[in-house]
Amino acid sequence: MKYVALVYYQESIINAMTEQEWHDLNQECVAGVERLTSQGHYVTGQPLQPVETATTVRVRDEEVLISDGPFAETKEQLAGFYLLEARQLNEALHLASRIPPARFGSIEVRPVRELPPID
Amino acid sequence: MIRDDAWIGQLYRQQSRRVLATLIRLLGDFALAEEAMQEAFTAAVRQWPDEGTPENPTAWLIRTGHRRGIDQIRRKQTARQHAHLLADDEDALPEPGEQTFQDDQLRLLFTCCHPALPLEARVALTLREMCGLTTEQVARALLQKPATLAQRIVRAKKKILLAGIPYEVPEPKELPERLPGVLRVIYLVFNEGYSRSDGEQVVDISLAAEAIRLAQEMARLLPEGEVFGLLALMLLHHSRRHARQDSAGELIILEDQDRTLWKREDIHSGLQWLEAALARTPMGPYTLQASIAAAHAQADSAQATDWGRVVRLYDALYRQQPSPIIALNRAVAVAMHGSPAQGLQLLDELASEKVVVGYHLFHAARADLHRRAGNVDEARQCYQRALPLVSQGPEQRFLERRLAELAHSN
Repeated sequence: MKYVALVYYQESIINAMTEQEWHDLNQECVAGVERLTSQGHYVTGQPLQPVETATTVRVRDEEVLISDGPFAETKEQLAGFYLLEARQLNEALHLASRIPPARFGSIEVRPVRELPPID
Repeated sequence: MIRDDAWIGQLYRQQSRRVLATLIRLLGDFALAEEAMQEAFTAAVRQWPDEGTPENPTAWLIRTGHRRGIDQIRRKQTARQHAHLLADDEDALPEPGEQTFQDDQLRLLFTCCHPALPLEARVALTLREMCGLTTEQVARALLQKPATLAQRIVRAKKKILLAGIPYEVPEPKELPERLPGVLRVIYLVFNEGYSRSDGEQVVDISLAAEAIRLAQEMARLLPEGEVFGLLALMLLHHSRRHARQDSAGELIILEDQDRTLWKREDIHSGLQWLEAALARTPMGPYTLQASIAAAHAQADSAQATDWGRVVRLYDALYRQQPSPIIALNRAVAVAMHGSPAQGLQLLDELASEKVVVGYHLFHAARADLHRRAGNVDEARQCYQRALPLVSQGPEQRFLERRLAELAHSN
């Protein structure tokens, strides 16, 4: 099964990090991706720029509405995502527990939904 | 030819849980497995009286249920999704042995108690799927509306399917992480039956008995120290069920219980399981709590209790689980071992904890220790603080009786 692991944390924690801490965290994430890849669990993934770069799009009555900021103001911000291949939820949760920001943020694990075939 | 209906009910009680557990594994879908199981029993009721009971009834029911389940899949044209199941030639299905049945029971329990499900759903699923209670029975037992409960179960089953919650016993290395969650659900079922958070009756024997039955089953399937410890704890508490309330349904506290009413066979069995638990290290929280219950079970009266041992056991428990509730119980044991003043000092130190201050037993314990120390005014104030925090009728009336007694002694 494919699972998305959404990485959330309080950006204030990251902002408070020293240059060295931020560097180490990134290197740890790189190593993690390498490990996941070698085990055949990594499909794709990407860290995101800070939440202040977010723009939200809605279409209402055929009108495109653009607004500044994320869809919902939350305590923790979406920081990145992984698309993982796992046998079942237990395995996906185990993989997610090893994503470095799990230690100070949280990882939401969701199974993907496949779109139906074209009619 | 058998024509009375009793055998059907008996057959269902004996076989339905293990048949269901195996069908869920074979069909990979709770709802489908339940439907298939019902059809298998219907077929048995129709065929067995004429054709004779098969040599292995469980295997027959599983084979029949499996076949019906696959027919269902074909009929619903969901074959694409379940293609891997159809590839199996059902006639080549190996005769499931006793080991497979037992493994399926454990798989089902770990699935029902999976931490990815909301706690309430775990309790409801366990009662329904493992204990075989109907949705209406579970709803009544948990004081919920049947419709609400049914919806909760449907949602949980949907998550099991969509999120890929596995139908398997965790690997040995994951077990220490997962086992406490399962034991917690069983203990929650027991406590729901033992002492309701509201409502009138203090003891509902059936839920407590279901929890004990589950733990007994688990002790057989998964011989871990904490499984034995939980079973021992529940048996020792359950032994007091006839002494905990009087004929009018009023609460009787441990100190005042008629200990001759305690069920000797439950105590005996509880102590045996405790011994088995103590033979396995390290000692977990359920084993420690069972040891405390055993200290009470082995004493003829509250005065004759080895309170020193109880205090030491609470010390050990607090080191594992430093919760204010355990500290509260420890303070009471210290007071019984030493003096009310010593206990009160410990309780006063706890007064800064938010959880404790909103908990009626904290104020009731302070009240009781003040009463013992002869501080009538303080005792009255504490009882009055405890009263609005209780939701249960018998406990409320117990506190009111104590208050009235204070007035007389004044």
